[in-house]
Order: sequence, then structure tokens, then C-alpha cells
Amino acid sequence: MPEMHRTKQARDRYNVLWEWANPVKFMWFSGLALPWLVGATVVTMAVGLVWGFFFTPEAVNFGSSVKIIYVHVPSAMMAISAWFMMLVASLIWLIRRHHVSALAAKAAAPVGTVMTIIALITGAIWGEPMWGTYWAWDPRLTSFLILFLFYLGYMALWGAIEDPDTAADLTSVLAVVGSVFAFLSRYAVNFWNQGLHQGATLSLDKDENIANVYWIPLLFAMAGFGLLFVALVFVRTRTEIRKRRTHALELRERMADA
Amino acid sequence: MIALLARDLRLAFRAGGGFGLGLAFFLIVSVLVPFGVGPEAEVLARIAPGILWVGALLACLLSLDRIFQLDFEDGSLDLLATAPIPMEGTVAVKALAHWITTGLPLVLAAPVFGALMSLDERGYWWIFVTLLIGTPALSMIGAFGAALTVGLKRGGLLLSLLVLPLYIPTLIFGAEAATRGIGGFDNATPLLMLAGITAASVALLPFAASAALRINLR
Amino acid sequence: MPELGKYADAVLWSWAATLGLIALLVVMTWMQSRKAKADLDAIEARRAAKGN
Repeated sequence: MPEMHRTKQARDRYNVLWEWANPVKFMWFSGLALPWLVGATVVTMAVGLVWGFFFTPEAVNFGSSVKIIYVHVPSAMMAISAWFMMLVASLIWLIRRHHVSALAAKAAAPVGTVMTIIALITGAIWGEPMWGTYWAWDPRLTSFLILFLFYLGYMALWGAIEDPDTAADLTSVLAVVGSVFAFLSRYAVNFWNQGLHQGATLSLDKDENIANVYWIPLLFAMAGFGLLFVALVFVRTRTEIRKRRTHALELRERMADA
Repeated sequence: MIALLARDLRLAFRAGGGFGLGLAFFLIVSVLVPFGVGPEAEVLARIAPGILWVGALLACLLSLDRIFQLDFEDGSLDLLATAPIPMEGTVAVKALAHWITTGLPLVLAAPVFGALMSLDERGYWWIFVTLLIGTPALSMIGAFGAALTVGLKRGGLLLSLLVLPLYIPTLIFGAEAATRGIGGFDNATPLLMLAGITAASVALLPFAASAALRINLR
Repeated sequence: MPELGKYADAVLWSWAATLGLIALLVVMTWMQSRKAKADLDAIEARRAAKGN
């Protein structure tokens, strides 16, 4: 692009950055990166999960149930991160109109949903021996249930609208407004159940409770889940781009036939 | 804008349904719940604020798809989009009309239903106040959901699914403020949060809702 | 196999649920990706055949 070279160098670099949002470039780059990404995901997850399952001691108060954190904490972390990534991607779509961004947000939603379900299920299973019940309206669990509803609504809206650009626009608006309300819900739920909140659970913001023997494999598991998320979003975004292109070519074919 | 409000109100009254439907639903909930949980006054008074709030929320949900759907179908929404009033104003007026036809009757009738649920005078007062403060937020959030789904043929279920999580903070603070007030505790925090949600929704959501409407009208 | 004591059920079920769901997600993602690629390749090939 010759006119780009005439602009200031800083501006140039800025434009080069946005070039990555071009579908063709994204396909090229993600195609190159995927094998490495998948490899790194498999290795990191295997290390974290095998270490966590087989080679960690029992905790004093929790017995072997402490092993659940190696699947519970990373999935909970990714459930929130995925929504955050969808929010950022939606904002980029609304402001800069990069199609890859909208499709990446769409691609991330099912992954985030599965992570939320995993966090809910493992939390409930862990709650049974700890609290004596599968479901307590604990602020954390409740917040995740609400997050799950947000994911469901977001995906349902994508599915309901035929025109892809309209769908991208409306889901992006929903993601932005929904994020505000999700944040508000977190506060509201804490307020609502403040008296019953059970004490220190093993979690990220209570890291003084976690000794290194648990912490290091947990770090691996979290990195593994993070890489898994990125790899899945890459593959799913590629799928969406291909579907979009197939659709466009089909339309063109039908027009040519007519 | 006043003309638009008057028109919407007139349509709601004339078309029937819209106006009475929410109220009838509220009545059904308040009459049926005692049959379900038993006639003990203490139990009923204990759960009354929650039941009345949930009832108001569902009654509100029931009529949301009417906010834009008819105007979208007969094309008057396109006319409103090109009218000199900004779209945000149109959305706000429509939400206000929805509140006057569903929210306000619920607020006024709530003490009566409170009596069915064995509440005392303090109960009537707090149910009335919290619903008065909270229901405008329900209408405005609902208008946003309705704007998102206006172009869809069968958007009713989807609309409920989208609006449900958005209603949770309002419900929590509203019911909590009512419960604490009835119990004689300090309820300034939830009451202020409820007022904050209403104020922020009324101030900001018209922009999001009209953005969604413009996308749907393209 | 580590000794899991009285929490064996809870630990095994949560790990099984997690790994099962992730496997399901990965398999579905992979199959959708294969299908999208096949569809696109088919239509590209058709266009190429028509083009010359």
C-alpha cells in the first residue's frame, strides 16, 4: 500500500498492527501458529494435570479433594477470561469493523460456556463433601450461574439472526451491556449472600493458603487451559472465516446461474 | 415526544391486553402462592417481598415484546427513526409508556396484594417504595432487550433469555431493600443501589437500545 | 493411582466430567473445522473448474 508509506512512522506501525485483523493474513498466521500452539497446549496441560493428579500430597483440611482445584480453578479462570476476551473483541468490531474480531468473539463463546459448565460441575461435586450439598447459593457459584445465563443468551442471539453483520453488531452491543450487568451482578450477589459466605476456599485471591507443592502444578494447569482456549478459538475462528467465505461463494454462484 | 407518549398509551389502552395482562399475572401469582405454601401468616409475610418482586418482574417480562414489535411490523418505527426526535428519546418514551401501562399499575396495586400475603402497614409501604424505585429499571432494561430482538420473527423466548440475567441485580437489591425494611432493619444500602441502577439504566440504556434499533432497521 | 481416601468419588467424578467435556468440545471443534474446510475446498474447486 503506497499511500501508507507516506504517513508518519508511528502511524505506519499502528496500521501494520491492525493488518493482522485482515482475514487472509489471519488465516496464514493462525495456520502457521496452530501446530505449535496445539503442541504447547498438550505438553502444558499434560504436565499440569498429571502432576496435579498423581504427585501432589493431601491437604490438611481438604484431604484428597484438593486435587479438584487443578480442574476447577483453571476452568473458572478461563470462563471469566473468555467473556473478557469476547468483550474486547466486540469493542474492536464495533469501533474498527474488523470481521475477524467479530468472528473470534463468536468462536470464543462456546468455549467459555463449556468452561463455565466445568467450573459449575466441579464446584458442585466439590461442595457435596465439603458443605454437605451439591448446590449452595454461595456467591461464587451463583455468579457463575449468572455468567452461564449470559453465555446462553449471547449464543442464542448469534443463532437467531440471519444476517452475519447484523448478528455481529447486536451481539457486540449485548456483550458490552451484559458485561456491565455481569459486573453489577457479582457485587449484588456478594451483597445478597454476605452473611452465609463460607470462609477461605482454595482459590487465587487466597494464595496464602496455597503452598508451593500445589501452586506450581496449578500454574501449569492454568497455563494449559489458557493455551487450550487460544488454540480452540483459533481453530473455531478459522472455521467461521471459511464458512463465511463458502457462503459468499455460494451466493455468487447462484447469481451467476440465474 | 408528549404526542408519542400519548399515542403509545392510547394504543396500549385500546388494544387491551397490554394494560391488564401484567396486573392479572401479578394477581394470579399472589393468589396462587398462598395455596402452594400454606396459609400460615408468618411464612407468607416472610416470603412476601420476594414473591411480590418476582411476580412484578415476570409480569413486566410478559409484555416486553410489545414495546417495539407492532411499530416495527407496520413500519412506524422507520418513520420514528427519521423523525426529528432523536432515537434515544423515542426509546425512552417507549420505555416510559411501558412503565406507565405495566410498572405503575403494579406499584399501585402492590399493597393490595401485600395484604393477601399477610403483610402489615410497614410491609405495604416498603413494597410500594421499592417497586416504585425499581420498576422503571425493569422497563428500561426490557426495552433494551426488546430493541435487540425486534427484527426476529419469534423473539419472545430469546427476549426472556436475554433479559433474565440483566434483571438479577435489580431483583436482588429490590427484594433485599423490601425485606430489610419490613424487618425493621437499615436498608439504605440496597435502596440506594436500587435507585442507582434505575438512574443509570434510564440515563445510559436508551443509547444502547437505540443503537440496537438502528442496526435492526438497516 | 494415588490413594484418594474418602474423597475418591468427588475427585474422580470432577476430573471425569472436566476431561469429558473438554474432549467433547475439542472433537466438535475439530469436526466443524473439517466440514468447513471440505465445503470451502469443494466450492473453490468448482469455481476453478468453471474458470478455465
